[in-house]
Amino acid sequence: MPIRIKGRVWKFGPDINTDYMAPSFSQNLDWEEMQKTILHIHPRFPREHRPGDVIVADANFGCGSSRESAPANLKRMGIGCVVAESFGRIFFRNSIAIAFPVLICKGVAQAFEEGDELELDFNGSRVRNLTRGTELAGHPLPADLIHIVESGGILELLRQEGASAAPRA
Amino acid sequence: MGMTMAEKILARASGRRTVRPGEFVTAEIDVIMGHDRSFPKAYEYLMNIGIERVAHPDRIVVITDHRVPAMTVLDAEIQKRIRGYVSKLGIRHFYDAGEGICHTVLPEKGHALPGRLIVGGDSHTTTYGALGAASCGLGFSELAYAMCKGQLWFQVPETIRFELRGKLGKGITSKDVMLRLMGEHTAEVAQYKAVEFGGAVASAMSVDGRMTMSNMGVEMGAKFAFFAADEKTVAYLRGRSPEPVRPFGPDADASYLAVHTLDVTGMEPQVALPHNPDHVKPISQVGEIRIDQAFIGSCTNSRTEDLERAASILKGRKVHPGTRLLVIPGSREVLINSTRNGVIQILAEAGAMIATPGCGPCGGGSTGVLGPGENGIACTNRNFKGRMGSTESFNYLASPETVAASAIEGRIADPRKYLP
Repeated sequence: MPIRIKGRVWKFGPDINTDYMAPSFSQNLDWEEMQKTILHIHPRFPREHRPGDVIVADANFGCGSSRESAPANLKRMGIGCVVAESFGRIFFRNSIAIAFPVLICKGVAQAFEEGDELELDFNGSRVRNLTRGTELAGHPLPADLIHIVESGGILELLRQEGASAAPRA
Repeated sequence: MGMTMAEKILARASGRRTVRPGEFVTAEIDVIMGHDRSFPKAYEYLMNIGIERVAHPDRIVVITDHRVPAMTVLDAEIQKRIRGYVSKLGIRHFYDAGEGICHTVLPEKGHALPGRLIVGGDSHTTTYGALGAASCGLGFSELAYAMCKGQLWFQVPETIRFELRGKLGKGITSKDVMLRLMGEHTAEVAQYKAVEFGGAVASAMSVDGRMTMSNMGVEMGAKFAFFAADEKTVAYLRGRSPEPVRPFGPDADASYLAVHTLDVTGMEPQVALPHNPDHVKPISQVGEIRIDQAFIGSCTNSRTEDLERAASILKGRKVHPGTRLLVIPGSREVLINSTRNGVIQILAEAGAMIATPGCGPCGGGSTGVLGPGENGIACTNRNFKGRMGSTESFNYLASPETVAASAIEGRIADPRKYLP
């Protein structure tokens, strides 16, 4: 099932690391409180984000730690996708693995202002700015990786394989 | 045409004669590492989908290092669960709390060998590149997948080569070289790529020193961060490796995306300013920065040689009255070496707090975090806002020598004046 996502844009600069998305200082808070610390680097995002919003970022989004809680937190709070100039590679792999849509797209940081309406055609690797009527082509993903996201992530794929996924004794 | 180290290892692990950058391969993993933050998650993910076996228990290494000794009842409970999980899966290579940091212990125990393909549930898994292994971090789901299948997909990366020329001055270390490269080339120069460090400076570097650079390879975005395995590597692994170790490097005619040269002759100590490891200045341009806490530890810089170098600065001196010095040896082996060679005594007499081998405050999870408005200097790898404590604190990164000198003066200080 092709993935299409539409949402209101929050903008982030370069080098937004995974510590900002899954801070160790808030890891033991309950979810309501923890949400207010996610991406605390942005003055308004932690308190004003709404489910269905999307993120547009400059280069190297998700650099740093391998914690999968970074994309998982964004997904859980209802962020639809992240479109960035480039990603930290572990964040990128983790996002695919947990079926959280991410797209590498050169020029995206310039093409969107905060609050613009974005539409992502994940399978076609294209992103539209509905507010301005512009469109950009992103970096295409191999079909196998699109399949992982469409299937709900690699653990869901393992679950579907069931017994055959488990190694022989 | 020849192959880079990344290409050679991915070709071997995927059963091909050659591979080229951009190709996707499914590769057999030689070693899979999980620690107390990642292994229990991966295990529970597998159990949740009804998978109760792993492909190769002998290829899995589990270590409890992030919150040691347990600080809360929850930590204690997680650590208890880990003991049960490793026994249930039949994992022999288990290092419990107190053995040290994963990236210090795996090389010491002979798990990180030249030519191996290693993945770990921790971003600093790039460290083993210092011994000629292709190693990188991954998240909980992929760790679970790798444990279950014993394989994982990889895109063959392009490789950037850093040729390190000249001669390091007295008191200048591999940490300074790495920070200098970070400052010059930024935190995303090696995004999705492998790097190889070579040249006369790389050959002259100790294995401990190489591990500092490969460790921080991930701060450049690198997937793998290699040094060629040479006679020093072979000597380091003697008595540690379960199998014979041979030198391993790239082919002479390997092809690189870029080759960058750095001449380190005359280079000053380097410091990364808040809040990014590529925000780097030579120490003479840092200015007057008060230091509340100096920290020598982490998977980047807490090996035997690092502590020795810090002690050479602190010997017969005292930590500044307004400053705290925290030292956390990287492993039990480092603690034993540093006790035997008198380094622990020197540090204790200088006024250092010395804690259990482990990750400490580096990731903000354990002993020694910073309070609001405080400045820290640490020989760790990341100084992101709020990573090592309060979001209102400021952390600077430097070599063990610079951290030690800063502890003496209570402000960021050039260590060269304290050298014996």
